[in-house]
Amino acid sequence: MEDILAGAAMLARWDVLLALLIGSVGGVIIGAIPGVGPAVAIAILLPATFSLEPIVGLTMLLGIYGSSMYGGAIPAVLINTPGTAVNALTAYDGYPMTQNGQAHRAVSLAYSASFWGGIFGVVCLILLSPVLAIIAPMFGSREIFLAALLGIVLVILAHRGQIFAAGMLAMLGIFLQTIGLDAVTYTQRYTFEMTFLSSGINLIVVVLGLFALSQAFFLLSAPDDSPDANPVTGRLTSGFRELLKHKRVATVASGFGVLLGMIPGTGEFTAQFMSYTYAQKTSKDPDAFGKGSPEGLIASEAANNAVPPAAMIPLLALGIPGEALTAMMLSVFYVHNVIPGPQLFQNNIDLVYGLYFALIVLNVVVICFLMFSTNLLTRVIRIPTRFLGVMILILSFVGVYSLRNSLTDCMIAAGFGVLGLILKRLNLPIVPIILGMVLGGIMEVKLRSALPRLKTPLDMIDRPIAFIIFVMIVLVLAFHIRTLIKEYRAHQPEEDHNLHDTQTR
Amino acid sequence: MSRLKTLQTLFKRYRRPGDIVFAWLFLAISVFLLSQIASQTTYRPGNALFAQPRFWPAVSLIGMTGFAALHLLGSALSERIDGRWKEVLLWVSVLEFAAWFIVYAFVVPYLGYLPATILLAVLLVARAGYRSGLIYASAAGAAVAIVLLFKTFLQVKLPAGEIYQSLPDGLRQIMLTYF
Repeated sequence: MEDILAGAAMLARWDVLLALLIGSVGGVIIGAIPGVGPAVAIAILLPATFSLEPIVGLTMLLGIYGSSMYGGAIPAVLINTPGTAVNALTAYDGYPMTQNGQAHRAVSLAYSASFWGGIFGVVCLILLSPVLAIIAPMFGSREIFLAALLGIVLVILAHRGQIFAAGMLAMLGIFLQTIGLDAVTYTQRYTFEMTFLSSGINLIVVVLGLFALSQAFFLLSAPDDSPDANPVTGRLTSGFRELLKHKRVATVASGFGVLLGMIPGTGEFTAQFMSYTYAQKTSKDPDAFGKGSPEGLIASEAANNAVPPAAMIPLLALGIPGEALTAMMLSVFYVHNVIPGPQLFQNNIDLVYGLYFALIVLNVVVICFLMFSTNLLTRVIRIPTRFLGVMILILSFVGVYSLRNSLTDCMIAAGFGVLGLILKRLNLPIVPIILGMVLGGIMEVKLRSALPRLKTPLDMIDRPIAFIIFVMIVLVLAFHIRTLIKEYRAHQPEEDHNLHDTQTR
Repeated sequence: MSRLKTLQTLFKRYRRPGDIVFAWLFLAISVFLLSQIASQTTYRPGNALFAQPRFWPAVSLIGMTGFAALHLLGSALSERIDGRWKEVLLWVSVLEFAAWFIVYAFVVPYLGYLPATILLAVLLVARAGYRSGLIYASAAGAAVAIVLLFKTFLQVKLPAGEIYQSLPDGLRQIMLTYF
């Protein structure tokens, strides 16, 4: 109880509340602009938060992460362009509703479902924390190594149809983090006798290149566009009443969000599809899905908003990020010497509770903000895309250059920006590179520290949790092979789509 | 976008023009890096295999090469998509914007953050093809806002411009600290 109060007290400071307000309002605006997503915003702001206290910096980034999907629903519903990648399925039912003259109903349902999912996720997180505090210390080096390995396997397999590409990019990420002076043996690795490579390739520089600069290049090299959205009229609180008629769908979808948010490598995208499929299968009117079904909209929005709180679980309890945004947040912890993992729950539990409360406050702030600012946001959507590209390029500079005022960093970031652009143009995923870098580093360190206790390779899995994670890895691989065989036998016709194009923002 | 079918269909990603060029490039780089493993990493006799400094570079590069070869095979066996070289040309053309970025980073310590940012915003907006006065004014305004937010308010570590040294005393101090 004392820790809960200390957590609440942590939040009751003007600088923390201001950071949360800026983060959540900024997140909604960023989410609403197609072409800029939370990844771009967090990457740019990351170095700026290093000079702030951990709780201030983290609440700001958390604000962006948790609120961007609310904003992303607006263009998804109104102009059929998801504001963030994870609003893809929202457009599926939201836009047909707009076409049927029900834009107000769709937007208000999307907000209420998002709020339901967000709060559900935080409640689960709070209820789970006593359990986590017991389980987390059982994770030693072996378990964390295996969990990181599971994350790599999952992130590769999650990219169906392009597993080889996801595999090679994840391996590139692992390779990138090995470059430089090895901290244990003090030997050079792939430095090609160039001094700037001795200190390794900075994760933030790569993140800024791959997410922010590549998006600037992408927008600048594509034809200019200025999407137009019509204003929404009517009271936006009405969605809550309708949501209550679909409590079951909203709750199950949020449950999927929480469950998949906790598993590294899966996240919002998977949660959204699972809950959408569930909603369609159990609906009384499955044919309406894709034509403006409120249940489809609720399933999609509730699921994706339940993910951010749940994604904090592996990050806080084990120090393992499940996707790109939490991987970026991990660096904020490291900069302040707060190492997420089992010890965090023992030594800094007040910080953990502080972040939980921040998530609750952020959901309330965002829903209040949206109630009166939706029409203002429809104007933000109209910013011309090339102009946006110029702004992202300028903002990326602050992120890269403020790290250590290095021109070399800028060149490296520009190089990764070009790589990111190529990947975006080719519809190939960027996230495996980032997760490869972060999880690769964790795997190397943890395997090394586990070594003295291993006499045979089987000792790696001789503890219950290690064994469970190992079984999970085997099952995931087996399940994947089974699906491949089933698919091969079914001979499904190939259908091209651009859903994943937005996944990299 | 076609209508929703199954979970599997939606999870699939599809090839775009230029895929095979990227596949070849990636494989070539992977093979080159792998070929350098003996000279670029060290083997410590007596150390366990997993603790070798060479272990993780080897694992990742073997994985990279293997996956890249499979990806290339997948690309080569798939139907050819038109527009390959047009796409590659676009990748090359983007180097221009990378150059803008690097030049901007090079110029900031001399010109100062505020003047360099306003200049870049206006020039790049012109390069992007905009001709309206409103857009130019918006670009300059946004540049000032960015500088105010990051340098003046958040005090992000950015070098002061050498050009500021030639300003009169009072103004110089303000510019050096806040802009």
